[in-house]
Amino acid sequence: MNHMVMLPILIPLLGSMMILLSKGLSFKIQRTLSMILIVLLVLVSIFALCLVLDRGDFIYQMGDWKAPFGITFVLDKLSITLVLLTSLLATGALWYALKSDSDSRGENFHVLFHLQIFGINGAFLTGDLFNLFVFFEILLLASYALLLHGHGKKRARFGIHYMVINLVGSSIFLFAIGTLYGILGTLNMADLALKISHLSADNTAVVATAGLLLLIVFGLKAAMFPLYFWLPGAYSSATAPVAALFAIMTKIGIYSIIRVHGTLFGELAGDLSYYYLPWVLGLGLITIILATIGVMSSKTLKEQVAYLVLVSVSILLIAIGINTPASISGAIYYLMHSTLITGGFFLLADVIASLRGEYKDRFERTAPYKMMILSGSLFFAYAIAAASMPPFSGFLGKMMILLSAQSSEWMFVIFAAVLVTGLGVIVSLTRTGTLLFYHTKNEEEHIDSTIDKDVFYPILYLFALSVLLVLFANSITTFIEQVSAMIFDTQGYISKVLSKDLL
Amino acid sequence: MEILVALIIASFTTGGIFLILKGRTFPVALGMILLAYAVNLFLFSMGRLHINQSAILTDGVSAYADPLPQALVLTAIVISFGMTAFLIVLSLRARYELGNDNVDGIETDSLEDTDTQKKENR
Repeated sequence: MNHMVMLPILIPLLGSMMILLSKGLSFKIQRTLSMILIVLLVLVSIFALCLVLDRGDFIYQMGDWKAPFGITFVLDKLSITLVLLTSLLATGALWYALKSDSDSRGENFHVLFHLQIFGINGAFLTGDLFNLFVFFEILLLASYALLLHGHGKKRARFGIHYMVINLVGSSIFLFAIGTLYGILGTLNMADLALKISHLSADNTAVVATAGLLLLIVFGLKAAMFPLYFWLPGAYSSATAPVAALFAIMTKIGIYSIIRVHGTLFGELAGDLSYYYLPWVLGLGLITIILATIGVMSSKTLKEQVAYLVLVSVSILLIAIGINTPASISGAIYYLMHSTLITGGFFLLADVIASLRGEYKDRFERTAPYKMMILSGSLFFAYAIAAASMPPFSGFLGKMMILLSAQSSEWMFVIFAAVLVTGLGVIVSLTRTGTLLFYHTKNEEEHIDSTIDKDVFYPILYLFALSVLLVLFANSITTFIEQVSAMIFDTQGYISKVLSKDLL
Repeated sequence: MEILVALIIASFTTGGIFLILKGRTFPVALGMILLAYAVNLFLFSMGRLHINQSAILTDGVSAYADPLPQALVLTAIVISFGMTAFLIVLSLRARYELGNDNVDGIETDSLEDTDTQKKENR
């Protein structure tokens, strides 16, 4: 039963190989296989979640080499939540890819899609810093190729930007890993936390530097100021299902900050205890302002949604910066909400773009087009959710974070930044909705491009998941409170992973 | 020896960062390669520098080199090799799609660019 931990990693890995091998058969078989594997992954993730709830966390020591000498995978409440979230989001993205036929625009879409999930799940489950690097590289390599899926000038241009900045990020990651290993002689996260807790005073500065280098890397993944300039271009030029899957990519950065920094530089770390928080909070506050300016000044809908991703990331950074159990609970809830909503929003933006014919998703007045009522109502719902207005899930998440901000010294700055930028988002989404759906040139001939009605199902599906977050808010928040209590329990994490005689 | 290795890593990093900041894809790819060299050397030296010491347990030997950084470097080399190959292919692709090798895909006629062209022609 313990081998269960590896299934969320093994299914996409073996699955992608199977899809690659079935390439010779037919495209239809590839598609069916791909969808079956995703559904299987969802089921396995749900099963794993039930197991974790039932029996507590699973620690998998690969080849039975005990930590810190072997490779450790940790399936706890935090990692399984994110694995489940990834598989749910990926289902929606893949469903859309099949219905909109965007998977046939280039080679090997399904193989890369599953390899991407392999990397993401691995990054969530690993308990080892170097393995985190390896899984980052796997998910990045798949994402480079997925970003270019469908070809085109814009993709090639932003593909280079995205790739070069991430390669630099990987180098910095290795520098940080090297420094930590050079001082502490281990890379297992639990062991690192233990070693940092009795670090000699001469080495404190070096370890602090390595920790901040790691923050640069995770900040780059999460698109934290000043490392976010790659995001709007890359996300808005990617094919819709890819952009939807990328909605979880920024959250990997957030997860890594919570997991790695929260564990390594947690309460046990002495002088280094939470020394990174001012950076996260401060940069999060700057990011949210710049992201809102981006939302307001976007020229296309996809670009606007990309900036909405950035807004959600900065709210998460602020919540991490507040650093109380309540704020981390809020962050996890908001993370689930924003991943599903921004993912679905990218799909919706693509639908609207294809309905508007040659105007695509540019903010220009057009003649009326088909299915305006359906896409307009969906836009309305998504806009409300993305702006974190009641009654949808974003409101609850944002409220949890703001309530927890009351204990922070920065309370007034946080309230001002979050609420004013929230207003900015509402204003610009209202303007977008008016321009796209009301302010049409009725005297001109209607735009005739049409799409299959089926593409609306994945968009509805992702939205329904976010509605479920509200309906089951009570039990979900109870669960999340346990998760955030666990995040703060570094001692518990260490004693779970390391065997007793090492402590 | 430490100072020598440190200087080598420093010069690789400097050269790498300088080249990454260039406006054309080929220098950027070269810069990535240099930076990867610097990182690999850095990782390797993190197991401390030893000469003529075995990394595998043997009878009657008391001084060892740390084998773990060597394994890490091996992984890092493979990954950076693959990434560099991909970057070069992507650059060629972008050159083909965009019609020039500027990182932004926009042809510029600034002084710096003509200088590079002169050097390339030589």
